[in-house]
Amino acid sequence: MAGYAAAAVALFAAPMFLSDFRLNLLAKFLAFAIVALGLDLIWGYTGILSLGHGIFFGIGAYAMAMYLKLEASGGRLPDFMGWSGLKELPLFWQPFSSFGFAVAMGIVMPALLALFLGFFTFRNRIRGVYFTILTQALVIITTTLLVGQQAFTGGTNGVTGFSKILGASLASPDTKRMLYFVTVLVLIAVFVACRYIVGSRFGKVLRAIRDGENRVRFIGYNPAMYQMVIFTLSAAFAGIAGMLFVLHVGIISPSMMGIVPSIEMVLWVAIGGRGTLIGAAMGAVLLNWAKSEFSTSYPEGWTYFLGAMFVIVVVFLPNGLTGLLGKIKLGKKRRVTKNEPTIEYPAM
Amino acid sequence: MDVFILQLFNGISVSSILLLIALGLAITFGLMKVINMAHGELIMIGAYSTYLTQNLFHAYMPSSWFNWYFVISIPASFLIAFLFGLLLEVSLIRHLYGRPLDSLLATWGVGLLLQQLARSVFGAPNVAVTSPSWLNGGMRILSDVVLPYKRLFIVGLVAACLIAMYFYIYRSLEGRRMRAVMQNRDMAACLGVSTRRVDAMTFAIGSGIAGIAGCALTLMGPIGPSLGTYYIVDAFMVVVLGGVGKLVGTVLGALGIGVFNTMFEYWTNASLGKVLVFLCIVAFLQWRPSGFVAMRTRSLD
Repeated sequence: MAGYAAAAVALFAAPMFLSDFRLNLLAKFLAFAIVALGLDLIWGYTGILSLGHGIFFGIGAYAMAMYLKLEASGGRLPDFMGWSGLKELPLFWQPFSSFGFAVAMGIVMPALLALFLGFFTFRNRIRGVYFTILTQALVIITTTLLVGQQAFTGGTNGVTGFSKILGASLASPDTKRMLYFVTVLVLIAVFVACRYIVGSRFGKVLRAIRDGENRVRFIGYNPAMYQMVIFTLSAAFAGIAGMLFVLHVGIISPSMMGIVPSIEMVLWVAIGGRGTLIGAAMGAVLLNWAKSEFSTSYPEGWTYFLGAMFVIVVVFLPNGLTGLLGKIKLGKKRRVTKNEPTIEYPAM
Repeated sequence: MDVFILQLFNGISVSSILLLIALGLAITFGLMKVINMAHGELIMIGAYSTYLTQNLFHAYMPSSWFNWYFVISIPASFLIAFLFGLLLEVSLIRHLYGRPLDSLLATWGVGLLLQQLARSVFGAPNVAVTSPSWLNGGMRILSDVVLPYKRLFIVGLVAACLIAMYFYIYRSLEGRRMRAVMQNRDMAACLGVSTRRVDAMTFAIGSGIAGIAGCALTLMGPIGPSLGTYYIVDAFMVVVLGGVGKLVGTVLGALGIGVFNTMFEYWTNASLGKVLVFLCIVAFLQWRPSGFVAMRTRSLD
């Protein structure tokens, strides 16, 4: 508990020590940590691997971007629509001029999409790899759709060129600091919510599904319901993270939500340690920090590193860094009590 | 009518390439419950093998022989991809049996490594492979319908691979062992089948076929380090749609996706066509959750 308090204090104190640029980076990483938490709920705790979280993240981001774009255009048609020959604002863009509507959509749309996919798969016991491949196909078609409908979505370039949020300039350091605090608060709220879910009876059933779905079914639970709920919730978290991401980065494009970013999200969780919330969040921050440090100066080396990381984590560190730390701790304790029960991660 | 025939032919042509790619995937998944995300990179390896064969012919053979390099490049790309597959199986895949989701992540990493390796060796830009001149032009079957020889050749190549696979799986000793392991690994092992050998061979052959697919793709356009990634998800959809364990499932899956994709794309546009195909697949899985063909089994998981 003390550790969590210290982490929270550190996050709130960070603006005093970091430059504006670094703070902006940290804020972006914290937004990624929210996705990682959601992903950990379904992968680490329920044993369902989704390679489609980039899409949920992206839809949230687009919802916010649409609001920001309309705000920046100030009543005129957004620039890319004019380039594509649209004369007036499409109907589905219009309500996004309201901030509240955009935020609601940024949560509801990813959740609904996840519910749709979950409804048609989990009920039929389509799971494991089959589900994973379907989520990946979802990524492909969504990104092609976004690229293809350039007049409505900005195509490959995505949506960018924002200036204000709720009247405040996005470029000013004060707004940036404010947005950072909002991100920290949301992260803490999501973390607490995840803790609550994981510790509840519901969370116990999730873990039971991970370890033996059929046994859970025979006991009398309906795993599909649990899987749908947690998948939807996890997508909603990703949507929230996407909205925050756009506020910090100022652009969203299909390449930020495609196959590669989606699978990298899984790697954050895997490196940090699936099945532990703090591990997933730390993994997201750590890996993205490393990426921003190294990928620009050594782009080739970074790809090699990333590829190697996937292999190493799966083969040698199935529980990630948290698992490694746990093992070291356990090793020390062993000398005192030999009969410590070891927790083996089930093969998935 | 003309348009319909042309679209149908295009659909079959797309299906045949998908089939070539998905064959290896379906077999390895059915046999070892391993998802090989690096399969796309094995395609890329096959394509670059063809490129290298072409360059070797350019450099060392009389120019009158150049047209026949493609005949050599097919077995060459099979062999090189086969060896890469064998290496991959022995060094990594072997440790991931029965862990499909983990194997998916690890092999994705391998794919990244191989892609970057190709970028370091051959450079990031695409390279072009000159098709042999005897594949230029096309066959005129109706006044307006011309079927390009290249695509016909690919369909023929795929048919040949399919027949070879059929004989290997259903008519050879190795194939019988493979089917035994697929049905019941423990029992097969008890009866003296070396499951490790079967796994390694099967994985390597699947990789080799991916290599041939890469070779065929050089006919369709320039090739680059990320060649395989365009096809890999579609190929996995073929496996999901077709089911695992039987060749006929994979064939049906590939035909279904290839033909419907072409048709829908013709009727709507490229992006909407993909969405419709995806919705069709999800709808189909409501009816048959394990694909066209499923192996009958009494075990629950």
